[in-house]
Amino acid sequence: MTKATPKNIYQKIWNAHLVHEDPGQDAILYVDRHFVHEVTSPQAFEGLRLSGRKVRRPELTFATMDHNIPTTDRSGAIDDPLSAQQVETLAANCREFGIRCFDMHDRRSGIVHIIGPELGITQPGQTIVCGDSHTSTHGAFGALAFGIGTSEVEHVLATETLLQRASKTMEIRVTGKLALGVTAKDVILAIIGKIGTAGGTGFVIEYTGDVIRALSMEGRMTVCNMSIEAGARAGLISPDATTVNYLEGREFVPTDRPHAEIGAVWTRWGSDSGCTYDRTLVLRGEEIEPQVTWGTSPGMVTTIRGRTPVLAEIEDANERLAAKHALAYMGLDEGVPMTDVPVNRIFIGSCTNARIEDLRDAAKVAHGYRVHTGIDEAIVVPGSQQVKAQAEREGLDRVFRDAGFEWRESGCSMCLAMNADKLRPGDRCAATSNRNFEGRQGKGGRTHLVSPAMAVAAAVRGRFTDIREWSFK
Amino acid sequence: MEPFKRLRGVVAPLEALNVDTDQIIPKQFLKRIERTGYEDFLFFDWRYLDDGKTPNPAFEMNATRYRGASILLAKDNFGCGSSREHAPWALHDYGIRAVLAPSFADIFYNNCFNNGMLPIRLPSATIDRLFKDVRAQDGYELTISLIDQQIVAPDGSVFSFEIDPFLKERLLQGWDQIGLTLRHEDKIAEYEQRQR
Repeated sequence: MTKATPKNIYQKIWNAHLVHEDPGQDAILYVDRHFVHEVTSPQAFEGLRLSGRKVRRPELTFATMDHNIPTTDRSGAIDDPLSAQQVETLAANCREFGIRCFDMHDRRSGIVHIIGPELGITQPGQTIVCGDSHTSTHGAFGALAFGIGTSEVEHVLATETLLQRASKTMEIRVTGKLALGVTAKDVILAIIGKIGTAGGTGFVIEYTGDVIRALSMEGRMTVCNMSIEAGARAGLISPDATTVNYLEGREFVPTDRPHAEIGAVWTRWGSDSGCTYDRTLVLRGEEIEPQVTWGTSPGMVTTIRGRTPVLAEIEDANERLAAKHALAYMGLDEGVPMTDVPVNRIFIGSCTNARIEDLRDAAKVAHGYRVHTGIDEAIVVPGSQQVKAQAEREGLDRVFRDAGFEWRESGCSMCLAMNADKLRPGDRCAATSNRNFEGRQGKGGRTHLVSPAMAVAAAVRGRFTDIREWSFK
Repeated sequence: MEPFKRLRGVVAPLEALNVDTDQIIPKQFLKRIERTGYEDFLFFDWRYLDDGKTPNPAFEMNATRYRGASILLAKDNFGCGSSREHAPWALHDYGIRAVLAPSFADIFYNNCFNNGMLPIRLPSATIDRLFKDVRAQDGYELTISLIDQQIVAPDGSVFSFEIDPFLKERLLQGWDQIGLTLRHEDKIAEYEQRQR
């Protein structure tokens, strides 16, 4: 008997979830977990009502409110009537269709991509979707996870499947070791800087190599989270002992068998040795430096030792025009060293960088320092209420408060500024989130994406600072 | 869903790389729970001055000559960023039925087909030429035939485009995706049975 052809993890998950495929048509792919939030779901539930359809597998569907909710005191009603209506609509839809909902008063609530993994709902080998592009985060567990539109949300609610065409696969291998002060955020920003914001279009990326293996689950989630910023359909990492250990004892992980046994099944989803990809890209971990974006697209990124671009040096006319426009929006001159750029707002949060490890990293830098007088507001928004509670048990909230940061309730907050947390026109923010688009954090606001440690360093110095030169107290 | 077969319409140019869905429709307009009524919010931050009401004269699409446009001419990686279907909804409500660009972000591309809209990938050189032609001629219109996979310009030039045959059929027929899938409901039930 000949040995089966080695498969990569994407091919394995795809094959295992194939419900039906007619030649020349999209395949019907089964969905194992469907996360729902308040912004992209109301029209989908309305669609179900209009067509008299039910939710096929309510027990596989999990809802939470995260985009619109306040991160300040929540004991009263939500001030913004539209936000309140959207939050209430999701609660009502969940009641009507029998879906479990972690509302903002639930201790298990938080940003949807933080609580899925944290509760063990996310598991290796699953297909996971959500009406949110950062669903790719769950790929860190070796799950095929991606964002969908509202019509597709309705499709999944009604059928527990999705119509899909197989993607191409790309291996991004990060070899060697990261230098001290270089984090998962810098790895993914460096990757996007290299391949561009459309470099992953049409692909599912598997991240491999010693650097990825050495990352914690928190770090892996940061990397997979921003796969979408590289244009990829999804990003994933083959499960290993780190994955299995992280999930042990979490609420939704099965306990009917010994965890080691479950873990052994999970790790079999990993890519076979000798499997192939449509494209492979290799980065050396040692060459990755702390990153900071200068423009209005995550691909407009340089190192902390870098400068804003000089337009005459950009060959492509479209790129040059885009850079010119971005510099004007960002209020930056050409050729300015990033360490000369001052900031007045700090945002530590989002599904990219608001897990416990991110807060620990940030607190280490903040410890014993004070936020610079030029900073108008510096906020820390934990990714979930469980992260918040854990951080408080460790005394991290005290470190942040003592340094002059505000300590908030969990939520998406100023990553997309749908709630009250937003930049004013002209504000310049060091943010640990994922998008530096024009107006993303508030109309006229200027966003620079960095790691949590770099955001704190910028808060203390009032300008971007090389974290590798930090004196920790 | 309304079928898409043939479209003749005014072309509006939008010259920017990586136009993200936050630009197509900013977040403050995602709080509504309705599926329609987004036309005034399209390209909001670019389209209006700071008062949020006065049309921005510097925004090219605001020019009278592009009024009533049903075809949008765009640049690389159009529709990147968030998965919000409000982006195609806003374009659709504004009157856009087809978007021409060298490349599109994946989720946006899929979302178009669920709203009876046709995103067309064309070579960069063709797109650049169309930008020139559109600006050179008032009332510039293109005719798009999905059946023939062709775009015809006023001077008679013809540009062919590629499209996945299944997506093409879906648009031509105006098929509802859920209806399509539920024809295979037995297969879904079988799959679920196997997983037990």
